Amino acid sequence: MKVLGIATLVAALAVAAVPVHAQVSDGVIKIGVLNDQSSLYADLAGQGSVVAARMAVEDFGADKKGMKVEIVSADHQNKPDVGSSIARQWLDVDKVDVIVDVPNSGVALALNQIVREKGKALLISGAATADLTGKACSPNTIHWTYDTWALANGTGNAIVKTGGDTWFFLTADYAFGHALERDTEAVVVKAGGKVLGKVRHPLNTQDFSSFLLQAQASKAKIIGLANAGGDTTNAIKQAAEFGIVKGGQNLAGLLVFITDVHALGLDKAQGLIMTETFYWDMNDKTRAFAKKFAERNRQIHPTMIHAGVYSATLHYLKAVEALKGDDGTKVIAKMKEMPTDDPLFGKGTIRADGRKVHPAYLFEVKKPSESKGPWDYYKLRSTIPGEQAFRPIDQGDCPLVKK
Amino acid sequence: MGQLLIGLINGAFYAMLSLGLAVIFGLLNIINFAHGAQYMLGAFVAYFALQWAGLGYWGSLLLAPIAVGLFGIVLERAMLKRLYHLDHLYGLLLTFGIALIVQGVFRHEYGSSGLPYGIPSQLSGGYNLGFMFLPTYRAWVIVFSLAVCLATWYVIERTRLGSYLRAATENPALVQAFGINVPRMITLTYGFGVALAALAGVLAAPIYQVNPLMGADLIIVVFAVVVIGGLGSIMGSIVTGFALGVVEGFTKFFYPEASNTVIFVSMAVVLLFRPSGLFGRVT
Amino acid sequence: MSTPVHQLVAFGVMVAVLVLAPFFVYPVFLMKALCFALFACAFNLLIGYVGLLSFGHAVFLGGAGYGSAHAAKVWGFSPEAAILFGTLVAAALGVVIGALTIRSRGIYFANITLAFAQMVYFFAVQAKFTGGEDGIQSVPRGVFLGVLDLRRPLTMYFVVLAIFLLGFLIVYRAIHSPFGQVLKAIRENEPRATSLGYRAEHYKLIAFALSATLSGLAGATKAIVFQLASLTDVHWTMSGEVVLMTLLGGLGTVFGPVVGAFIMIGLENYLATLGAWVTIVQGVIFVVCVLIFRRGVVGELGRLLRRPL
Repeated sequence: MKVLGIATLVAALAVAAVPVHAQVSDGVIKIGVLNDQSSLYADLAGQGSVVAARMAVEDFGADKKGMKVEIVSADHQNKPDVGSSIARQWLDVDKVDVIVDVPNSGVALALNQIVREKGKALLISGAATADLTGKACSPNTIHWTYDTWALANGTGNAIVKTGGDTWFFLTADYAFGHALERDTEAVVVKAGGKVLGKVRHPLNTQDFSSFLLQAQASKAKIIGLANAGGDTTNAIKQAAEFGIVKGGQNLAGLLVFITDVHALGLDKAQGLIMTETFYWDMNDKTRAFAKKFAERNRQIHPTMIHAGVYSATLHYLKAVEALKGDDGTKVIAKMKEMPTDDPLFGKGTIRADGRKVHPAYLFEVKKPSESKGPWDYYKLRSTIPGEQAFRPIDQGDCPLVKK
Repeated sequence: MGQLLIGLINGAFYAMLSLGLAVIFGLLNIINFAHGAQYMLGAFVAYFALQWAGLGYWGSLLLAPIAVGLFGIVLERAMLKRLYHLDHLYGLLLTFGIALIVQGVFRHEYGSSGLPYGIPSQLSGGYNLGFMFLPTYRAWVIVFSLAVCLATWYVIERTRLGSYLRAATENPALVQAFGINVPRMITLTYGFGVALAALAGVLAAPIYQVNPLMGADLIIVVFAVVVIGGLGSIMGSIVTGFALGVVEGFTKFFYPEASNTVIFVSMAVVLLFRPSGLFGRVT
Repeated sequence: MSTPVHQLVAFGVMVAVLVLAPFFVYPVFLMKALCFALFACAFNLLIGYVGLLSFGHAVFLGGAGYGSAHAAKVWGFSPEAAILFGTLVAAALGVVIGALTIRSRGIYFANITLAFAQMVYFFAVQAKFTGGEDGIQSVPRGVFLGVLDLRRPLTMYFVVLAIFLLGFLIVYRAIHSPFGQVLKAIRENEPRATSLGYRAEHYKLIAFALSATLSGLAGATKAIVFQLASLTDVHWTMSGEVVLMTLLGGLGTVFGPVVGAFIMIGLENYLATLGAWVTIVQGVIFVVCVLIFRRGVVGELGRLLRRPL
């Protein structure tokens, strides 16, 4: 017993010291994929993002070009302090050059600050808050895939135009939920609609029955779900139970990913309208990517976040190659100079405020009878060109943008 | 009015879960922090049964409690037994550790988005009650839980088996001297409490997400319920479970952000005035 | 009571190791461990010496963190003032919660401290100044006592070390004093202590408040080190972590909590890349410790050396 105790002590101290000594010499481009691998957002980003990053490195042909690229990954558990610790360790000790993905707006904002202080690079695919290219914009950060403004604009506008002009919001009570609700409400009101009520629920709520009851009582035509992940799927599942759609109201998922639809099943998710910037079944190139990706990711097809990680990593490597160096601030500047082109998002640009611009798409979830197999879930309702999809650059209060 | 009904439905879950916990603590003086994880296991067994054996909801209602109850028995025999002579708090820490392990393993394997489990067809649809639309399944939940709770209460408080159990808690040596196998009763009782948790899990599977963390935040709420009801009082936890469900339901309507906390506020208030809980025996 | 030699030696070893460590090991990791070590020592005061398991101690860690973060960022306090402010917040919380809960015992005490912790957590989620899920970010590190620039890691480290040693010594003094003796008497046999004339509740309350204050010191310092105050620090699972650290290190030992904290933080660091494994390992440690390793690392070490550590 005592031996066990002493052995444990020694082993633990040894173990504690190990990661710190894992020094890597420079001359290596080190990419850190930081996201949630074990809770709410694990499926829409998680391990899949690591796979996407790897695929980008391979497709870039790093080996053939004689560039050494390494990928590390970690789980921030949706906690800003865990994310900050990992980021600091990566940037200070482990010589990581760029951090990629980072879903969860709270963590992303924390990292935004740290990466800026240390002059490295941050490519955000997962987080949603439009503040990253607004008040919090930074010369070291690029916000890739989507943001709350784009979602609100796409989904909100489209729904109001097709007659959904009275809304009731079901909002996750934290920064992201509030931002989404605020942006969508602004769009709805501007398009001539009315918000009849809102209710805020704690993050990670299991039971939505009483909130749904309030939504039903409001008689709003549209119930806007300003939440994500498990909260959204739970709400949708229980809405079906309470006969909300049958009763004539429609659900608008303000942030829904294909993995959520997969978890719900088409019979519950059909008719849901959402905005995304990528779908695997759009064209041959995206299909080819999805096939390779699914094989490496337990048959889970890529979400727009995975696609964003791929696209961002690819462009980053191109910029490093052109610059022949990996200083964070300079690479980001180079990335903004070079127009983007990849098989997933097509051609696009990156603005001065760090916003990557590409088209957004309005999708509707198919009925079970319309789907030919697993993951065949969306039909395209309309395309929003890049210039209209994101908040105009002068409306964001970004200090980097000269007025 | 509709909120009242919703509150009762949620209360039914709280009641069933706190019943299992109360049985275990009241009769065995064990604080079963793994209760939430065992609830989760019940839901997962139902899911597995459907996926791998095509066994539907009704079968799982029977299978899950038995399977998880057996797991509970193994747990008790292998580990809990050794802690009886120590302070209660070690039992709490042990079961807390078990909960972490079970939840961690499942989270590792299944992530935490949750797995789909449908409402059995016999129970889908609902009734339009005028003031609200009541899904049939939820009505079933209330009825079934109430039945289970009352049956358990009856067995423990009114039958001979129950009286043996209660006597064994007070004075195990004496009861054993009468020829009753006390250790075995304790083991079976723990298994029964765990089985109740699993049963609640199966009930929850069709309407809440089947996910590894479903029990984690629920456990402290259930604890609060048991403490308010009075540790050791079966009827106390049943009544408090339903009552708190209603209180929470109303809070969700008037001040929804506070809905998670109102139970703890109630607990603090109750404990300040009645330190042994509403129905508790003074220890 | 003079200090036994072996404890002086152990203390010397600890200080030496901690002074040399930042030159070999990443200082930010060490600072995190030091803050938690202080937290665990403060917690141990309550559970190891008074015998009360509080399941809500995170309130003091996190509450102080919010206090000092807010003071440093929004009111522009210098770091030492911010830390002091945070500690006072924790002390106030400690006195209030302690007064309300100290009459309970055992599982009821654990539960009621948990209840208060949840209420504070809820307040933290709702209140505007805490930033909800995002926490208070970009807290400035500032210049300590007008002289030491805390943005330099080594400087920050030694300041944290000094704070840790201060807290550690306070705990040590509290335990090895007449006050500590009365606490032990209360733990062993409260009715007897009362019959001897000691107002047990007063002593327990003081111990509770002291434990809360020192936990607050740890939390306030941590907020400045990491420049962040977040909900994780007030969540009930954080209270569970400190229980684990203290249990692993050795309940009721002087150095146990320090060792336990370092081991746990080291493990978390090492396993961070493996996601869910952290909780599994923590669970396993809990189970193993409760079943066969109840004295904890330092406790077993002490038994081996036949001297209390």
